[in-house]
Amino acid sequence: MPEQPIAVAMSGGVDSSTVVALLVRQGRPVVGLTMQLWNQRRLPELAVEGSGAPSGSGRCCSLDDVYDARRVAEQVGIPYYVVNFERQFEEQVVKPFVAEYLAGRTPVPCTLCNNYIKFDRFLEMADAVGAHHIATGHYARIRYDETSGRYQLLRAVDDSKDQTYFLFGLTQQQLARTMFPLGEMTKQEVRQLARSMDLAVAAKGDSQEICFVPNGDYAAFLRAYLKETGVEPERTHGEIVTADGRTLGRHEGVHHFTVGQRRGLGIATGEPLYVISTDPQSQRVIVGGNDDLLRPSFFAHQVNWISIAGVSTPVRAQVKIRNKHAAAPATLHATGDPARVEVVFDEPQRAVTPGQGAVFYDGPLVLGGGWIA
Amino acid sequence: MQHVYIDHNATTPVAPEVLETVVSCLGQVYGNASSIHHFGQGAKQKLESARRQLALLIHANPAELVFTSGGTEADNMAVLGVCGAAPRPAHVITTAIEHPAVLSPAAHLEREGVAITRLRVGASGILNPDDVRGALRPETVLVSVMHANNELGTIQPIAEIARIAREAGVVFHVDGVQALGKIPVDMEALGVDLYSMSGHKLYAPKGVGALYIRKGTRLAPISFGGHHERDRRPGTENVPGVAAFGAAAGLAARNLMADAERLANLRDRLENAVLDRIQGTGINGSRWGRTPNTSNMYFDGIDGEALVIALDLRGFAVSTGAACSSGALTPSHVLTAIGLSSERARASMRFSLGRSNTVEQVDALVSALEASVAHLRRISVHA
Repeated sequence: MPEQPIAVAMSGGVDSSTVVALLVRQGRPVVGLTMQLWNQRRLPELAVEGSGAPSGSGRCCSLDDVYDARRVAEQVGIPYYVVNFERQFEEQVVKPFVAEYLAGRTPVPCTLCNNYIKFDRFLEMADAVGAHHIATGHYARIRYDETSGRYQLLRAVDDSKDQTYFLFGLTQQQLARTMFPLGEMTKQEVRQLARSMDLAVAAKGDSQEICFVPNGDYAAFLRAYLKETGVEPERTHGEIVTADGRTLGRHEGVHHFTVGQRRGLGIATGEPLYVISTDPQSQRVIVGGNDDLLRPSFFAHQVNWISIAGVSTPVRAQVKIRNKHAAAPATLHATGDPARVEVVFDEPQRAVTPGQGAVFYDGPLVLGGGWIA
Repeated sequence: MQHVYIDHNATTPVAPEVLETVVSCLGQVYGNASSIHHFGQGAKQKLESARRQLALLIHANPAELVFTSGGTEADNMAVLGVCGAAPRPAHVITTAIEHPAVLSPAAHLEREGVAITRLRVGASGILNPDDVRGALRPETVLVSVMHANNELGTIQPIAEIARIAREAGVVFHVDGVQALGKIPVDMEALGVDLYSMSGHKLYAPKGVGALYIRKGTRLAPISFGGHHERDRRPGTENVPGVAAFGAAAGLAARNLMADAERLANLRDRLENAVLDRIQGTGINGSRWGRTPNTSNMYFDGIDGEALVIALDLRGFAVSTGAACSSGALTPSHVLTAIGLSSERARASMRFSLGRSNTVEQVDALVSALEASVAHLRRISVHA
């Protein structure tokens, strides 16, 4: 029986193309698959000025990206298919993303996509093509730990490219079948390798964070999506108030605000004002000074444990509360519910934002992570 | 790995005899068929000889045939052309299971104020001619119904619909792309006014098609630029393509009945073996009144897209439906129109056999299907 192929998720970018080329160079049988997740011709009002979906603009699932992925597959001589996950993507990533914003929280769609699409539906597709393992171009490392009998997730060697913040939802079963061949490499090395292997995409730009939201303008996306689907939020406008109840102005919807935001409040005051919290029930946006943003602790729910099985006694960790956050020293306290944890920082942290992920590290090791309640 | 092609409704390989015609034409007959000189006349001869071959296959007068770039252009010429020449208000009757080459120009006309009726078909996938009669209005200017459906292979009662249209004085267009070369197509017997055809569905290359236009049918032009094809279709003629289409038509005229008999046997062998050996399967649409090469079956509990990929990796090229809509978000409009749930429509596969297919290939396909379906059902228990 021939060796089982590895199914590689190909986005058409440098990283996943390099993964394919690396595996093929090692003599491994590979099947390339591109996930079609979002139709860029939907919501035409969001089209980038002057072009449909320009190459290198970082928008996912454009015809250009599929073209690039197909070209690389042809270059290295592997079977290649485009698989359509648009339905699942809309149900499991886009709709929750929209609902979270309307509920006054700040969601992380990439984590949902990893949990429900890239490491779930994609694994099923891998099964369908007879592949046991999948490989992606994520910057992260996976290691099997003999002592604990667990698959561990570790930060990438290239710290600036590390993507473990978005991977905290991966289960042991998913990790057991996943390969991240770029985890030990720097982005610069990846580009060099892509160039040395003469890959057609070696000079392509990096993709942006939220692939289906052009230019990161999620408010415009929300507006266009709600208009297209005919769903109008019940009430979008409300008051901007201080913690002690003074009304400072009005706003056009809580989904325009995220905790810690300073710009766009439309209020002129002497001292700088920040969004402290939003209340979708009363449609109030509560503002205050920088110090009001500091939180000593929070609860994380729907916690997924990775490198350890859970916490019973307090465990020291470094906790990252958004992608660009420098992980802060903290203690994890058990709550009786293994999927719920209290995180107590050594020093209060600025802008602990409901809806964002909280990922617990022990050095390079990802202990687990959950959602900020 | 050997790759077996079982997707002939998407396109066919160029027949060896046709290939010879293309190559010799490309190499030697380079004149412009509109030129007066020797070279032009040579090209013109090829063109007219092909027109006679195609006319012979469909029992038409060669002067009633216009060559196009393919089936889509022929459909557009017919639908847009008839409505362009008709007074307003105008009304068009078509079906819910037409190819997008008819449905899309119809939708375009709808946006411009033309009323469109899209007749539904039952689970058989065959239109009831009485429904056409019932949909007629005083302002109806066109009835457009496909001869054979591309996904199901079901053959529509064209001659009966033609009688109804003729009585009502309404132009009748037939998209015959999936019928030509597979079943007898006879313009006199059918009594239609317009009939679209495509070369690459009957072993000619892509990029050539034809529209039969019954003498006296009023058709407004949809493109402009020259006096080619009796002022019906401007543009320098694709002589190698047209010659190939003619050669393919000649082959079809000779082989049609024998091919049909052999392919129907292969198709039945495939279906019987699948129904016999794989649980939770069935035939979509009527078993009777189909083009002999086409089978559309569902495999409950599997994702059609995954099965296409799994079969391709085992060396069998089949499809979930129309090639043009592969990877589409919504399940096939044809399968949902005949009443399939979207789940069952997504679990459906089209097998379309052709001249090169053998009994051994069909048996091997059944074995591959058995293995792939079992595998996919095993892994999707949690889906």
